[in-house]
Amino acid sequence: MKQPTNGEARIGFYVCHCGTNIAGVVNVAAVAQYAAQLPGVVVSRDYKYMCSDPGQELIQTDIKEHQLNRVVVASCSPLLHEHTFRTACEKGGLNPFCFQMVNIREHDSWVHEPGDAATEKAKALVRAAVKRVALHTPLEVKRTRIHPDVLVVGGGIAGIQAALTIANGGQNVYLVEREPTIGGHMAKFDKTFPTLDCAACILTPKMSAVASHPNIKLWTYSEVVKVDGFVGNYKVQVRRKPRYVNEELCVGCAKCVDACVYKEEKFEDEFNEGLAKRKPVYLPFPQATPPVVVFDPDACIQLKTGKCKKSCLEACDRNAIIFDQKPETKEIEVGTIILATGFRTFDAARLPQYGFGTLPNVYTSLQIERMVNASGPTDGHIMLKDGRTPKAVGIIHCIGSRDNRTNRWCSRVCCMYSMKLAHLIKQHTGAEVFNFYIDIRAPGKGYEEFYEKLQEEGVHFIRGRVAEVADWPLTKEEEGKLIIRVEDTLAGFVRRIPVDMVVLATGLEPQPDAQDVRRLFNISCSTEGWFLERHPKLAPVSTFTDGIFIAGCCQGPKDIPDTVAQAGAAAGEALSLINAGFIELEPNTSYVIADDCSGCKTCIPLCPYNAISRDEEKKKAVINEAICKGCGVCVAACPSGSIVQNLFTDQEIFSEIEAVLG
Amino acid sequence: MKFSYFPGCSLKGTGRAYEESLLAVCRALGVEVQELDDWNCCGATAYMAVSEAAGYMMNTRNLALAERDSHELLAPCNACYLSLKKTQHYIAEYPSVAAQATGALAAEKLSYTGKVKVRHPLDVLVNDVGLPAIKKAVKQPLKGFKVAPYYGCQIVRPFAEFDDQQNPVLMDKLFQALGAEVVRYPLKTRCCGGSLTGTIGEVGQRLSFILLNEAQRRGATCVATVCPLCQFNLDSYQAEMSRQWSPVRMPVVYFTQLLGLALGLDEKALGLQRCIVPLPAQEVHA
Repeated sequence: MKQPTNGEARIGFYVCHCGTNIAGVVNVAAVAQYAAQLPGVVVSRDYKYMCSDPGQELIQTDIKEHQLNRVVVASCSPLLHEHTFRTACEKGGLNPFCFQMVNIREHDSWVHEPGDAATEKAKALVRAAVKRVALHTPLEVKRTRIHPDVLVVGGGIAGIQAALTIANGGQNVYLVEREPTIGGHMAKFDKTFPTLDCAACILTPKMSAVASHPNIKLWTYSEVVKVDGFVGNYKVQVRRKPRYVNEELCVGCAKCVDACVYKEEKFEDEFNEGLAKRKPVYLPFPQATPPVVVFDPDACIQLKTGKCKKSCLEACDRNAIIFDQKPETKEIEVGTIILATGFRTFDAARLPQYGFGTLPNVYTSLQIERMVNASGPTDGHIMLKDGRTPKAVGIIHCIGSRDNRTNRWCSRVCCMYSMKLAHLIKQHTGAEVFNFYIDIRAPGKGYEEFYEKLQEEGVHFIRGRVAEVADWPLTKEEEGKLIIRVEDTLAGFVRRIPVDMVVLATGLEPQPDAQDVRRLFNISCSTEGWFLERHPKLAPVSTFTDGIFIAGCCQGPKDIPDTVAQAGAAAGEALSLINAGFIELEPNTSYVIADDCSGCKTCIPLCPYNAISRDEEKKKAVINEAICKGCGVCVAACPSGSIVQNLFTDQEIFSEIEAVLG
Repeated sequence: MKFSYFPGCSLKGTGRAYEESLLAVCRALGVEVQELDDWNCCGATAYMAVSEAAGYMMNTRNLALAERDSHELLAPCNACYLSLKKTQHYIAEYPSVAAQATGALAAEKLSYTGKVKVRHPLDVLVNDVGLPAIKKAVKQPLKGFKVAPYYGCQIVRPFAEFDDQQNPVLMDKLFQALGAEVVRYPLKTRCCGGSLTGTIGEVGQRLSFILLNEAQRRGATCVATVCPLCQFNLDSYQAEMSRQWSPVRMPVVYFTQLLGLALGLDEKALGLQRCIVPLPAQEVHA
């Protein structure tokens, strides 16, 4: 490989038109002309698309013909094409780090009006890059091995699918779920749209496949508490909360539940969305996985006071109950991580005008999912609080979606699940069903057809955002009813529609602790709290942290087919890294000039990646280049100036500043 | 605790009882108020509908006067409160409105910086004086009162600065603190008819009737308001409403009148004799 000599820099400069993206605003010919007379520049060209094959070949040929030892390209963001041009340099026989990229698209042409000022700005940026590139030195890319095990966080359908895909590919997976069982929201559904197949029938086989898979280690009732390391080599701590039961011994026979001193079910059943009660010891639902009971420490008398006659202990013939079980912390090493931490539904009580929590017979959609489910709190009967069957039901869309006062986004699934519920309610009760919608969003395979089928079934669709669910009748017919007040924007007048039951189609929100989780795993969130993908189109399951992928609703609202597809994609990305066997490390790391280091230890606690340690014998700081991410904090903090960062030496930075200013 | 006080036209006319009771409870609770010198009409909704610009200028003048006094500006009438808030919003958001206002004020050597805060007495009494202090000052708890708290539209729409937009609760909390029973009244921010009672009477009265009828249906013994136009609309036409639709008889009082009663103030000092439908004597002397 050709190395730059210590003598004169011979710089090749290229400015890209990017079609009209850059050339429409910046005078690229003038920039090329300007660069041509800068010190060290021996070739200066403008070209329509530098990232195209001919563009890259231009660089390669020039390196050979003009004996270039440095290259500068002024085009788009380095995030997009730095790798492209570094590779082109390498193919031309030049060390890829003797290259500098100038962003005159995102930083210039896209944010300014056409004219001289934009061109002058481009020249200044180019001047800076040309001056700094002369100081670049050749660097080597290092490799590190990748640990083949994968951590999947979250045991909803996204996590389940990702874990199974990886495990079937022959790799070991740790699946960590916060709740006592896997299954997530999907386990609560009765049917799925638009095919109306039974949610449990398609989900539970996957749940038991997870539990029995030899390559999957399933930890429910557990949370990740610490993550160290970097792609290929993560060290993770998982806290296993006590469920007061030996998971190896319990078979979920529920004899302890029958024997509990509480004869009545008294405590709110989370799985049934508050529509049913459970005991202090319970199995969340019949197909819970693992099939292991859990004790609620806030309800169980023994756990609260230590003064219970413990009839459960006698009932358990496998001696699986352990009242003094303690939380346990497991340490694992994995190479890649998939986050599938899901969503929560919007709290309908935040919109008091719809009466959730104040008016009887106003339900959330998830409550109706449970009610319509044969194993739900009403054995599949849709009924009012007094046991009657409703004759008219109103389903209000966009509760906590598409609303500037709450959440601005469309939750994507509510139109479809509302129609599914409308179909099921009509089928179960024969009631008149009214859907109140802003727009119907049915853009999936078979979705529009489902909408049409519902209209044929005689379900009413009224376009308008509901103002209020009222309990103040104006006529005899309205007495004892819930009155939906709405502007029918198609008919053009305000209506009052009396119904017996109201269903609020609550939207999807980020998990309440999304910000904590994002910090734990060092990834980014949108302002709303959805995990941010590296690129919305071309890297939809990657994050800005290498080796950490996202799948399902933690990234944004989506339905089951999209979630499963994304989980497969995330698993594929993880497997791809594992298959490569190693990862390349950016050489923009820092190192200590041992002779100058005074061993003051200032840098050690500042490093966000714990990459710095102290050689106690030599009394010097040492930076582990495999862990260093090149953030530069230690360089800035070092009082003796003895830490240097590759590609960001003081001389490189100062020369760049000088040039951009002058 | 000192405020500049902008009564607006209502509190000097149809809403005299509001002024009397407000000033009385402020005195009793140690809230000092000083009437804005040389205040002018806020323009209400009517002026804004004819000439928005002129509406803003009228309010800017009152805001500038208040800034000269450098106290927060107390605006008890909901229409005044909203007009002032709206003007502040438009001046802050639209440079052209701000420039126009500055020009108009210069003619009178006044200036407006935007720093004056416009406050409603419900906000001041519940949040600044505070419920614990009010509770301490109660001499005659409102036992036996079943109050329907009615907030009207203008203090929650579009600006809901001190209470929930859909379900305001400050009055509910206040009356509970005074020992009254509060009926659940979901129509609490629904339209009273506003100036429609004066223009298309039967439409406006119908809206008022719905409010009164529902309060009656829910067993309220009175409706409490925070707005002079609401009080006027609800109180004045009950005989006609009863003829037109179905019988209603429902006292409609200012929240400051109920507060005054609980503080043991004199009925007359609170302007209670001005109600068209009187508050039943047994309640007043409970």
